[in-house]
Amino acid sequence: MLTARAYLPDGRLGAGLARLEAETARILTAYGAAGATVVEPEALQPADVLLDLYGEDIRARAYVTQDPVAGEMMLRPDFTVPVVRLHMAHGAAPARYAYCGPVWRAQEPGSRRPNEYLQAGFELFDAGDPAEADAEVFALMAGLVGETGSEVATGDMGILAAVVDGLETAPHRRAALRRHLWRPEAFRRLLRRFGAGHEEATAARATLLAAAERGAEAVGELIAWAGEPVGLRDAEDITARALRLAGEAATPPLTEAQVAALDEVLSVSGPSAAALARLRGLAPDMPGLKGACDRVEARLEALARRGIDAGALPFSTSFGRTTLEYYDGFVFGLSAPGRPDLPPLAQGGRYDHVTAVLGGGAGIPAVGAIIRPEALIAAQGGAA
Amino acid sequence: MSRLKLGLPSKGRLQGQCIAWFHERGIAIERTGAEREYAGTVSGVDGVDLVLLSASEIPRELAAGRIHLGITGQDLVHETIPGWEGRVSQLAALGFGRADLVIAVPSVWVDVESVEDLDAVAADFRARHGLRLRVATKYHRLVRDFLRRRGVADYRIVDSQGATEGTVKNLTAELIADITSTGETLRANHLRVLEDGLILASEAALFAARAASWGAEERATLATLCSRMGLDEPAL
Repeated sequence: MLTARAYLPDGRLGAGLARLEAETARILTAYGAAGATVVEPEALQPADVLLDLYGEDIRARAYVTQDPVAGEMMLRPDFTVPVVRLHMAHGAAPARYAYCGPVWRAQEPGSRRPNEYLQAGFELFDAGDPAEADAEVFALMAGLVGETGSEVATGDMGILAAVVDGLETAPHRRAALRRHLWRPEAFRRLLRRFGAGHEEATAARATLLAAAERGAEAVGELIAWAGEPVGLRDAEDITARALRLAGEAATPPLTEAQVAALDEVLSVSGPSAAALARLRGLAPDMPGLKGACDRVEARLEALARRGIDAGALPFSTSFGRTTLEYYDGFVFGLSAPGRPDLPPLAQGGRYDHVTAVLGGGAGIPAVGAIIRPEALIAAQGGAA
Repeated sequence: MSRLKLGLPSKGRLQGQCIAWFHERGIAIERTGAEREYAGTVSGVDGVDLVLLSASEIPRELAAGRIHLGITGQDLVHETIPGWEGRVSQLAALGFGRADLVIAVPSVWVDVESVEDLDAVAADFRARHGLRLRVATKYHRLVRDFLRRRGVADYRIVDSQGATEGTVKNLTAELIADITSTGETLRANHLRVLEDGLILASEAALFAARAASWGAEERATLATLCSRMGLDEPAL
C-alpha cells in the first residue's frame, strides 16, 4: 500500500501523517528544550566512511549506489555517522544536536522489517562527566516514550572491554578479542582458540614456527622458497607476523579459570544494583573491572538523581553486543511491553571511539539515542 | 494451452551437456532454424517450450518467474538470488559444470594456512598499510557471508568480473575468491587455495521457479516431465 510506512498503515497522508508530524514535533521540541541544535545531514554519505567504521558487512545492510563523480555512496543507514562528521567538520567543541529523518536499511527477503523508517535523535558531545551525560540522555528518552516504552534493557560495553584489556595474556590476543567484542560467535571462537587444549600445530605451521625461532632470516628463506612474491603484503609483513606467531606459541594458553571468569562476566544479568554487586564480587580477580564498575555505579547515582529507580533497571553485560555495533560504553533500549513485532521505541548509547575514528585521532566523548516515532505511535495505538 | 518454459544456456559446452543430460532421460532437445538462431524444440514430453538464454541470466529469469525451469550453476543461483531457497527449488544436480568457489592467497603467505589467519592478517595489514585487506571477487554475497561466519573483519571486497587471479599481482587486491576447477590458473598466478577456504562446491543444476505461473496445465506437464526423468516433483 502506498499510504503505508514503517509500522503505520496510513502514515503517509491525512490524519495518519498529521499524527506522525505532531509526534516528531513533540520530540524535537523536547530535544530543543534540552539545548540541542537541529541538524539535517545529507542522506547520501560516502561509502568509505561507513565501510571504515562498520566493515564490509554494512554493504549487505545499506543501499549502495555509484556517483559518477564522488564514487561509491550509501543512503545513510543511521544518523550517528553523518552527525559525527558534521560535528567534526565544525571542530570538536561540546555540542548537542537533534535531528529527525528517514534512514534506509536493506532487509533480507521475507523480513518484515521496514527498509525505510524515521529516526528522531539526540546526540550529546561532551567531555564532561560521562555519568551525567549518560543519565541525561536516558532520562530524556524514557520521558519521551513514557509508559508506552516501559520495557527497559541496559548494558555497558565498557565492562567486557575492561575485562579483556585486563586479561593476563599476550597483547595480540587481547587485541583480537577487542576486535570481536561485538561479535559473540567470533569472540567465543577466539576464546576457544586461545584456551588450553587447542589442537596441535599443522606440519606447515610447525615449520614456520621453527624458522621464526631461528629468526627473521630463516623466515625470509621460507618465504623465498614458497614462490614468487606478489601483492602489497610483502615479506616484511609476513615475517613480522611469523615472529609474532612464534611469540604466541610461546605464550601459555588462557587458563580454564580465565575463560570461566570471562563467561561469568558475560552471564551477569539482573536488576542493576544486583548486577553491579555481582560484578564487584568478580572484580578482585580482574584488573580493570573495578574501574568499569565504578563508572556503572556513578551512572546509577546520576540516574537516581534524576528520579529514576536506577537500581531496579534491568542490566545485562551482553546487551548491545550484536545489534549496536559502534557503542563502547552505556547502552540501552526502551521497548513496548507485549509488542515483539516492534523494534525498541528508543535506543542509544555511548560511542566515544567513533568520534576519534572519524575525526582522524581527535575525538570527543559522545552519547546519543534515537526514537522511532513510527513505532512509538504504533505502540500507542495498541496491538496491531 | 499454457506451456512450461524451460531455460537453457544459449551456447557453448554447458548447452551441449544439458542437451545430453535430457537426452539420457528420454527428452530430446533440438536446435532449430539457422545455426546461430536461438530457437529449439523439446520432444518426448508435450507442452514444453525451450528458451535459450545467456547462462548468467538464467538465475534472474528464474527468480522473476519468467521461466518455469532452468539450468544454471548453483554458484550463480546462490550469489545472485537473495534468499534463493525461498524462490527456486532444485530438482536435480547434474554432475557437470563443476566449479569450486575458493579463497586463494599468495603462495608466499607462509603465515596463512586457514581462514582463521585472515582476521589477524587483516588487522595487521590495516595498521601498517592503512587500508583494509582487499578481496577481489565477483561473488560478493557468498564471500561476505562466508567471511562473516568465519569471524573475519576488517577486509573489503573489490569487484572483479574477470581475470581475478591477476588482481593480486596488479596490486588491486591482496587475495581473491574465485571459481576454480583444477587450480592451474591460481598456481600460474602464484596463488594458493586456503586449506579450509572452500566457500561453495558448485555444479550445474536444474531449478524450478516458485514465482512462475503454475496453473493446472503447467503442473501436469512438470509431473509428466519429472516422472519421465525419474525426478521427485518439487513442492512449489
